[in-house]
Amino acid sequence: MAVIARLESDTRAAARGWSDLTIRNIFILPTLAFLIVFNIFPLIYSLGYSFTDFRASVNDPVNFVGLQNYRELLNDPNIWRNFTVTAQYVIVSVGGQVIVGFGLALLLNRKIPFKGLITTLLLLPMMMSMAVVGLFWKLLYDPSWGIINYALGLGSFDWLSDPDVALYAVAITDIWMWAPFVMLLSLAGLSAVPQHLYEAAAIDRAGTWYTFTRITLPLVAPILIIAIIFRTMEAFKSFDLPFIMSGQPTTEMISIRLYKMAFQEWQTGRSSALAYIVLIVVLAITNIYVKYLNKVKER
Amino acid sequence: MAAVTSPARRVTNRIAIVAVLIITLIFLAPIYWIASTAFKPRALATSVPPTVLFQPEVTPFVKLFTKRVQLRKPVEPEVYDAAPWWEKAIYDGGERVLRVGDSVQLSPYPDRFLNSLIVAVTSTFLAVAMGTLTAYGFSRFRIAGENDLLFFILSTRMLPPVVVAIPMFLMYRVVGMTDTHLGLIILYTAFNLSFSVWLMKGFMDEIPKEYEEAALVDGYTRMQAFFKIVLPEATTGIAATAVFSFIIAWNEYAFALIMTNRRAQTAPPFIPAQVGSGLTDWTVIAAGTFLFLLPVAIFTFALRGHLLRGVTFGAIRK
Repeated sequence: MAVIARLESDTRAAARGWSDLTIRNIFILPTLAFLIVFNIFPLIYSLGYSFTDFRASVNDPVNFVGLQNYRELLNDPNIWRNFTVTAQYVIVSVGGQVIVGFGLALLLNRKIPFKGLITTLLLLPMMMSMAVVGLFWKLLYDPSWGIINYALGLGSFDWLSDPDVALYAVAITDIWMWAPFVMLLSLAGLSAVPQHLYEAAAIDRAGTWYTFTRITLPLVAPILIIAIIFRTMEAFKSFDLPFIMSGQPTTEMISIRLYKMAFQEWQTGRSSALAYIVLIVVLAITNIYVKYLNKVKER
Repeated sequence: MAAVTSPARRVTNRIAIVAVLIITLIFLAPIYWIASTAFKPRALATSVPPTVLFQPEVTPFVKLFTKRVQLRKPVEPEVYDAAPWWEKAIYDGGERVLRVGDSVQLSPYPDRFLNSLIVAVTSTFLAVAMGTLTAYGFSRFRIAGENDLLFFILSTRMLPPVVVAIPMFLMYRVVGMTDTHLGLIILYTAFNLSFSVWLMKGFMDEIPKEYEEAALVDGYTRMQAFFKIVLPEATTGIAATAVFSFIIAWNEYAFALIMTNRRAQTAPPFIPAQVGSGLTDWTVIAAGTFLFLLPVAIFTFALRGHLLRGVTFGAIRK
C-alpha cells in the first residue's frame, strides 16, 4: 500500500513540477562548479607556474625551468628549517592543548554550579580573530609594562624577541585559544561513557588510575584523536598568530615563508612550487591520521 | 560521575570545582585586560605596575573614530568651552580633532569595520544558501560517489589560505579584482561553502524524510515540499550555520591581508597595522579590538548549544 502511494505521488509530483533528478542537479551542481572554479582551477593554474621562473612584480619573459624550483627548494636548508620550526610548533601547541583541554574536561565532568556558563566563557577565545588575539597578546607580553611579566615577576623578560622563547610564547597563545576546543570535544566523549562501567569498576574496587586508563581513556580516545587531527591540521597551517606576534626566524613557519616568498620577494614561480610541497605534506598528514582513526574505531 | 558518596570523593569534587574556577579566571584575564584597556586613560594603559582600578572613560573610542593632530599651542578658552564633551576630552589629551569645514574627519576604522560587515554578511548569505540546497541534495537523493564528492568538498577547506591565495591573487590581478569587496566575498564564500554543506547535511539528515513524503502524497511538488516543509524545520540549523560562517569570515586575516590594502580592507589586517613604533596609543588599539570582538562574544553565547557541532563541521552531533 505504502509503495503504491509513493509511486503515485512520485509520478504526480513529476507531472506538475521538476523531476527529482533536475532538482538534485540544480541543488548540487552550482556548489561543485563554484568550488572547482575557485579552488581547484587556481591550483591547476599555479601548478603550471611552479615549473617557471615567473615573477609577478616584473614584466620579464617567463621561462620554463622544469623541476628546478622543486629541486632547489628541497635542497634548501632554510626551507627545511621552516618545516622543523613548524613541526616544533605543532608538537608544543597541540600537545599543550591536549593536556590543558583534556585536563579541564576531566575537572568539568562532574556537577558544577554554573557549568553551562563556565563552559561558554571558556570557549570565547577560540571564537575570536587570530589576528586580533595575536595583537593583544603582544600587549600582554610587552617586556616593560606587560601584565604577564608583572604577574610572574619576570622583570623585563622579552618573550617575543628572545629567539629561544618566541615560538613557545606564540604556542602559549595558541594553547589559550584552542585548549577549550579539545575540552569541548573531550567533554562530549566523557559524557558518552556509560555510567554502569564506572559503577561496575567501583563494585570491583578498581583504583582511580585503573578506572581512568582502562575505562575513561579508551572510550574517549576516538573523539580525542578527532580533536588532535583538527588541531594538527590547523597548527601546521598557522600563519596569523606567528606572523603578527613575532618576526623572529625561530618562528618563521612554513606558511610565513610561503607568504614572504610570494608577496614580498615576488618569486611567484618558486612560491607556487613551495605551495605544492606544502599541499602534499598537508594531504599526507591527513592520510596518516585518517588511517589511525579508522584503526581506533575498529577496536 | 557516579553518585558522590564517600567523603574522599566529596573532597576531590570540591578541589575540582575550585580548580575550574581558578582556571576559568586565568583564561578570562586576557579578555578582561583588553576590554579594560579600551576604557583607560592613555597614561594608565602602559603604567608599571599595571593599573587595575581606574576611572573608566570613553576617550579611546572618540580617538578610534576621529582623525587628530597634536596641539602646537594651548587651545583658547572660548574654543574649549564651546566644544562638545568628547572634543574636550581630546583637547585634554593635548590633541585636536581634524575637521573639514564643520564636519569631523573620521579615521579609517569605521570604513574598515563596514567592509568587514559587507564582506562577512554577503559571503555568509551566499555560502549558507548554496550550502543548504547542496546539503539537502546529498541528504535526500542518491548520488554516485556521494562520499567521494563530500570528501572533495571538505578537502577544499583543508588547503592553507596562502596556497590558494597565490594563484587567486594572480587571477584577480588579471581581471582587476584585487582590493575589491567582490574578490573577498568570492574567497570567503568558497571557504565557507564546504563548511556549510557539511554542517547543514547533519541538520538535514535529522529531519525525518516522512515529513516531505507526506507532503508529496498531499499533492505538493518536491520544490514546494522543500520550501514549505523542510526549510522551516531546518531554521535552527540554518541560523547556527549562518552565525558560524559569519564569525569565520569576520575573523579571517590571511586572504584579507593579501588581497586588499585600502578600499576593501577589512578590520583584521587593519587593526594590527595601527601598531607603529614606540608611540602606539594602546588604548585606541584596545578600543578597536573591543568593538571588533564584541559581536563575536555575543554570537558565542547565542550559539552555545551548537558549538560542538559547528567546530567539528557537524562530525559530532549532540
